[in-house]
Amino acid sequence: MYSEIIMAGFGGQGVLLIGKLLAYAGMKSGMEVTWMPAYGPEMRGGTCNCTVVLSDRPVGSPVSRTPHGAIVLNLQSIDKFEATVRPGGVLVVNTSLINREPRRGDIRNVLVPANQIALEAGGTKAANMVALGAFLGVTGLVGLQPVKDVLAETFAGRQKIVQLNHVCLDKGFEIGQSQSALAGAR
Amino acid sequence: MAKKLLKGCEAIGEAAVQAGCRLFFGYPITPQNEIPEYMSGRLPQVAGTFVQAESEVAASNMLYGAAGAGCRCITSSSSPGISLMMEGLSYIAASELPVVVVNIMRAGPGLGGILPSQGDYLQATKGGGHGDYRLLVLAPSTVQEAADLTMEAFDLADKYRNPVMVLADGLIGQMMEPVEFKRHIEPEDLPAKPWATTGARHRPPNIINSLYLNAEELEQHNLDLAAKYRRMQTEVRHGTYQADGDLDVLIVAYGSVARIARSSIDVLRAKGIRVGLFRPVTLYPYPAEALVEAALRASRVLVAELSTGQMVEDVRAVLQGRRPVEFFGRMGGIVMSAEELAEQVEKLVTVAA
Repeated sequence: MYSEIIMAGFGGQGVLLIGKLLAYAGMKSGMEVTWMPAYGPEMRGGTCNCTVVLSDRPVGSPVSRTPHGAIVLNLQSIDKFEATVRPGGVLVVNTSLINREPRRGDIRNVLVPANQIALEAGGTKAANMVALGAFLGVTGLVGLQPVKDVLAETFAGRQKIVQLNHVCLDKGFEIGQSQSALAGAR
Repeated sequence: MAKKLLKGCEAIGEAAVQAGCRLFFGYPITPQNEIPEYMSGRLPQVAGTFVQAESEVAASNMLYGAAGAGCRCITSSSSPGISLMMEGLSYIAASELPVVVVNIMRAGPGLGGILPSQGDYLQATKGGGHGDYRLLVLAPSTVQEAADLTMEAFDLADKYRNPVMVLADGLIGQMMEPVEFKRHIEPEDLPAKPWATTGARHRPPNIINSLYLNAEELEQHNLDLAAKYRRMQTEVRHGTYQADGDLDVLIVAYGSVARIARSSIDVLRAKGIRVGLFRPVTLYPYPAEALVEAALRASRVLVAELSTGQMVEDVRAVLQGRRPVEFFGRMGGIVMSAEELAEQVEKLVTVAA
């Protein structure tokens, strides 16, 4: 098992956080993991992103130009990373903020209105969790429970935040699973 | 202790604390700010002291004073800031004081940029400041190794009474990986330093000095330092990956590039190319003997760095023309991808065939 995943969005959308949750949950599930933020000038204005590598062997490069998966939360991010996903890979698209169709036919596009779902659940801030949930639902790379556990640890004592994020993870996960099943039926 | 997911910078900070270090002096600069940030919160928890100095020059002289008083102490900075510390480092080396200096390299020269680079290799391994001295230089390739080598840096500094540099770059500093702290040392359990200036009650005064106006005396000091640097040669260490048996190409790389090379090697091995990695962990002293042994089993050697070619000079000096040595580098903060490094290797193999 070896998988490189890029998460990208505006600063403040919580892409670094979902990357950390994925890496931490991977580590707790016994995988070798790395988490690498883009910390340079590329962060300014446009997109904020991080790369997570999950593997069953020690990880070599923590950066990726051709990821197996990408989670894009805004328009700039899909423009930047859609083309880089490996054929057969997964692209999770936040359709609440991305008003164009995905252009790749050789990858699995997972369309999720993440902001809208998060708003209905109690707050748009948790849109990142919907997207992460969808990614997990499609790929099954890491179980939903370890991610929830890590989240509860990270926000220990802030029960409302944990609850909202858990709900959003679940809702995203369901969408991911249903889209995965659709793809299987085709 | 259970594994934690930490940034390289945070792991270095915690490793210093676990090594019994209670003093940090420094000045902010990207991409190493997570070290002082971490230490500013952590040191007060263990009755230590964090000082943000007024400049890097001041920080290195605070280090000089604290080490002279026999305390384990550390500073960290990034390339331009390390240059500013060089005066103090030369005095510290001359006065034979144990300190640990962390350089999270960024792209240069000048102010350059904040992205990863390996452009300070020559500065780190050939002395760096004025005069005639050497630092022990350790180059971690993973966050775990950044923690382990930082702890070891304190022991080596004490053992040789010499400044030790942990040389990493923005990639190792900023990335998160699982890390475990394997040792824990309390400051009071550290061996005594009878040479330190701790107050001369009931004993003759200790003097810490780097001024020798008498030429014969200074030359003797130079000879003593040179003898110490020869003794340090026994500390060489290195790592390898897929480097057993005969090789078409031996990649030589350190730090972040070494881990990228591992990814390249996996791809190339799957294509049937016999390629391996030699990774110096100590950059000074340089693991020359082990490099010769590995290189002589390879048809050619490719040195890969995030610079215009610095370590390649040492590799050529060590191999003395016994194998062709090629170079591949990226600069400006661009981190080479595993794919483009693999392409370089394939080109070499094609040329040879």
